[in-house]
Amino acid sequence: MNVLAPRRGLSFGEVVARHHARGELVVQPRMGFADPGRMTRGLLATRSARAATVGTITIDSYTRVGDHEAARAALAAGADLNGYPLVDHDPVTTTALLDGVLTGDFPVQVRHGSADPRRIVRALLGFGLHATEGGPVSYCLPYSRMPLSAAVDNWRRSCETLAEARGPELEPHLETFGGCMMGQLCPPALLVALSVLEGMFFWRHGIRCLSFSYAQQTHAGQDEEAVAALHALIREYVPHARTHVVIYGYMGVYPRTPGGALELIAESARLAARTGASRLIVKTTAEAHRLPTVAENVTALEHAAEAARGVSRIGRLGDTGIHAQAKALVDNVLSLDADLGRALVTAFARGQLDVPFCLHPDNAGRARGRLADDGRLEWQRIGAMPLGDLVDLPGDRRMTSNDLLDALRYVERSFDEKYGLPGIETVNRLTQGSRT
Amino acid sequence: MTIEAVQPMLPDAGLDVIVTGLSSDAHTWNLVYLELLLEELGCRVTNLGACVPDATIVRECVTRRPDLLVISSLNGHGRQDGVRLMEAFRARAELVTTPVVIGGKLDVTGGSNAARLLEAGFDAVFEDSAGLTPFRTFLRTLSVRAPGVPLGAG
Repeated sequence: MNVLAPRRGLSFGEVVARHHARGELVVQPRMGFADPGRMTRGLLATRSARAATVGTITIDSYTRVGDHEAARAALAAGADLNGYPLVDHDPVTTTALLDGVLTGDFPVQVRHGSADPRRIVRALLGFGLHATEGGPVSYCLPYSRMPLSAAVDNWRRSCETLAEARGPELEPHLETFGGCMMGQLCPPALLVALSVLEGMFFWRHGIRCLSFSYAQQTHAGQDEEAVAALHALIREYVPHARTHVVIYGYMGVYPRTPGGALELIAESARLAARTGASRLIVKTTAEAHRLPTVAENVTALEHAAEAARGVSRIGRLGDTGIHAQAKALVDNVLSLDADLGRALVTAFARGQLDVPFCLHPDNAGRARGRLADDGRLEWQRIGAMPLGDLVDLPGDRRMTSNDLLDALRYVERSFDEKYGLPGIETVNRLTQGSRT
Repeated sequence: MTIEAVQPMLPDAGLDVIVTGLSSDAHTWNLVYLELLLEELGCRVTNLGACVPDATIVRECVTRRPDLLVISSLNGHGRQDGVRLMEAFRARAELVTTPVVIGGKLDVTGGSNAARLLEAGFDAVFEDSAGLTPFRTFLRTLSVRAPGVPLGAG
């Protein structure tokens, strides 16, 4: 691939920081199309949406797992892919695409889901891009069977590649995906801890501009406390990096009705605004049914931006112990080994980090999350995690398959029941973003 | 009281079951759900998880010799990935009669594609739309049949 000069323009972190300073929440879609024309239209529509936006190119799943032969075969056959094959498209095509959409204050982030992103990182740098996301734990355990030690090594090298590209006109940016483990039923303290640990891993391997994710869960008050804990731990553990917090709109089973989906999107935007997060990855009303269209994405971006507008940051928060739990998990990992990658592998091998319901061979699988009656996500079991002094566990009641379905569908059910069949005036109110 | 609760209780199936996803499918919650369901029905479950290569599924089944292999697929590649798996699976002498079922969103529309999966070597195909009753019935049939008698032999 021809290596291009870095594209002139502000870095991803700088663009987000400028919007934040103006009080604007940056909204961003998940968006990836194999067809370059459609990808271009998607990015241009994102850029011109009535909101502070940054662009996304989401990679297809063949590229995600490194099956470049399948990606090239699909392109040759004209078959559709579920994302943009950045590594295997003709570089001339991708260069033209980016020339048409990038501007000084509209950067594009590459989102991919890969436990081995080395080729993807080289490719994006080759096109003059500099922002991507993921993590050695969060893109290994839920989505692959790759040994965690191998993913740690892949991510270390990818960080180093990104860091080497740093220059006066290019500040590489990396976002943790650790705030989203499994999408559902992972108690917030572990999400916060993994997001912080992945960010520290990036920092130690040379990345200076970072964002830390947290995915909206089942209870707004609990999510606010979790994001506050995330901010505090970032200040404590990564004080010298340029950082911001990014909220992911709910990543579990989505409401099926437009009314329910719109209100859940608005709630994710209010969560971001109230907690001082700078950026929101936005879901759409099509989420429960299929991959969203460009138009559905733009509608959702504008809806989210409107919902966040004028919402002020909250000052006082409850403390149910999320910060203390997350800090205990982080400190324990740091005590295991001076090398953070090895420390993460050791922590999972000993079950001292243990993601509920994750079936990866390197995850102990002894911890369990549960939904309390008030909608908060709590621990049912903590396995070998060092949280014994910090958590009151309920009686050990066996979760049935029906309990699991109920918990997985709690958000879908509650938003559909409450907002599912609105009259037209309710739709207007929601789409105009007024707050309840 | 639910409808399930007034039905006569199923006898514990008592089966050793392997649950797995297929190589290209990263979905996990379906596998967690099946594990809990099968345990409630008295099965002992080994869950191989998501994104499992064909060779790993074959190796685990040769080693563990389960009473049943349950495959769940949601990413729409279930038909092609399932057919490919069965070529390797049924080629092993130890696994010729091992019961194997597949279910989920298989990109299977109508009987002709289900027939293709049956022809490839699956003992049953459970479409997403049909609910759980056919699967439960299949398990009961499996748990009461004489050991060593292949499915469909009687």
